Amino acid sequence: MSSWLEKIVPSIMRSERKPSSSVPEGLWDKCPSCSAVLYRPELERNQEVCPKCDHHMRLSGRARINVFLDEDGRQEIGAEVEPVDRLKFKDSKRYKDRITAAQKSTGEKDALTVMSGKVEGVPVVVAAFDFKYMGGSMGAVVGHKFAMAVEHCLANNLPLVCFSTSGGARMQEALFSLMQMAKTSAGIEKMRQNGLPYISVMLDPCYGGVSASLSMLGDLNIAEPKAVIGFAGRRVIEQTVREALPDDFQTAEFLLEHGAIDMVVHRHEMRNVIARNLAKFMQLPEVARS
Amino acid sequence: MNLNYLDFEQPIAELEAKIEELRLVGNDNNLNIGEEIARLKQQSDKLTRDLFANLNSGQIMKLARHPMRPYFSDYIDRIFDDFDEMHGDRHFADDAAIIGGTARLNGTPVMIIGQDKGRQVDEKVKRNFGMPRPEGYRKALRLMETAERFNMPVFTFIDTAGAYPGKDAEERGQSEAIAYNLLKMSSLKTPIICTVTGEGGSGGALALGVGDYVNMLQYSTYSVISPEGCASILWRTNEKAAEAAEAMGIAAARVHELGLIDTVIDEPLGGAHRDYDATAASIKAILENQLAELQGFNLADLVDRRYDRLMAYGALESGK
Repeated sequence: MSSWLEKIVPSIMRSERKPSSSVPEGLWDKCPSCSAVLYRPELERNQEVCPKCDHHMRLSGRARINVFLDEDGRQEIGAEVEPVDRLKFKDSKRYKDRITAAQKSTGEKDALTVMSGKVEGVPVVVAAFDFKYMGGSMGAVVGHKFAMAVEHCLANNLPLVCFSTSGGARMQEALFSLMQMAKTSAGIEKMRQNGLPYISVMLDPCYGGVSASLSMLGDLNIAEPKAVIGFAGRRVIEQTVREALPDDFQTAEFLLEHGAIDMVVHRHEMRNVIARNLAKFMQLPEVARS
Repeated sequence: MNLNYLDFEQPIAELEAKIEELRLVGNDNNLNIGEEIARLKQQSDKLTRDLFANLNSGQIMKLARHPMRPYFSDYIDRIFDDFDEMHGDRHFADDAAIIGGTARLNGTPVMIIGQDKGRQVDEKVKRNFGMPRPEGYRKALRLMETAERFNMPVFTFIDTAGAYPGKDAEERGQSEAIAYNLLKMSSLKTPIICTVTGEGGSGGALALGVGDYVNMLQYSTYSVISPEGCASILWRTNEKAAEAAEAMGIAAARVHELGLIDTVIDEPLGGAHRDYDATAASIKAILENQLAELQGFNLADLVDRRYDRLMAYGALESGK
């Protein structure tokens, strides 16, 4: 248990983090689930999982990859790809300004980060959504980088893992964003035809066009505990059917019970579970259980 | 107010009402009103042409949702022959929001699949207003795979406000059903030609919309989210739906300009609902040409071509 923790802690420490507003000098945080006051360095050491109630807090795409991949041999893919405002879209704000604001607040060019590397020694390409970047919405950059990830897997005979958390398609890119559903799904089909595994990990929250494309198409579909996942949002459904929905509706556990996902995996066990399974799919030597 | 006319068509409706009145008078006596009727008719046609030459996205959205707009069941016998409906996804149920089965296009055996909103109240309920559940998409895929086995081209007809946002649909995996169709359609080894005839509502439309050619009727729409939904999220009021429709560019002409569809199929003056036969004939002519072209490809090339088309959607610059 401690060996992989030691490996990943330094990388988390390096990730930038703005001090939370209510907390002096960024040393203390509050768990959004149980309200426990938590010591920030300890929370980071625990991969942003509340040590009191086990609530899985949200991670940025880059932080996610940091805790997932082995330290050595990482290489980012498509870091240079930038969003384009093809429609000159303007609602209450210009899309261009929204992009600038999102880039400034996250330090990322768009909502998906892609990297090649290893997980417990197993070579892999990993893609991760950043919910803080415009709700993790899927526009042309997300689709393009996902396609680049697929191409890299095909060219190098590698498996793909995608951590998705998203509100769905990016409205400001209108139909271009809808078409990314078809594009990413076609990429996954290409992986299948070439006998390369794809593991989808759904994180809280995961909805709409992302859920209805790349998220649900894993050879293994995994979710983090209590993550909320669905096609339509709870409020929309309640308005449609005019009945109260059960508390656990659309949770990871609900999806497991209804057969939509293979397993619910704790963040601390994610690396080992995925490495073990990829090793089997890729006909590699057994990865030890931790 | 005549319900067959939309709000922006009321000036036309008034002229048509006058013409109708004069016709009734004409039956009573022999006054020379034929000339007057012809004059009004001309005026009405010109007004229609002028109005329809400058439709905004909000107005096109209303035409796409027109209660008299032809639905898939209106097109079946006007375009195809020898239709036999197939039912059920073989797992759970038959979803009447999607109609599908075998047919012939000028003698060629084909598979046809389309969404249908239902015309009368009981039919609307039966067809869930054209909003499919997972079993609808799974039925559609079953039919496509059958078509693949028997070398039958697939024609899909899209007209839905969206996939059904209900509790049961979620429980049975609405997301997965849509996603799996996208995946399988990308590599189906038979020609697929998709036509948006009314509303192309989001993922629920795209789940029948991956093909070798994608067409839209002139006054149909295709959008990532309903204009009302977009407005309520981005403008925080769904009264801005028309503005959202304009910003997203949901009308066929705009979508074509953006390079996301292949063909815009012209509608009769005043819209498809004014002349079902003429609309069906226009669609049929396009489908015949496209099918002839696709039948020239061997299947491996056809699937490669489809993959390249999908990968080109919104492609961006990447450094390497």
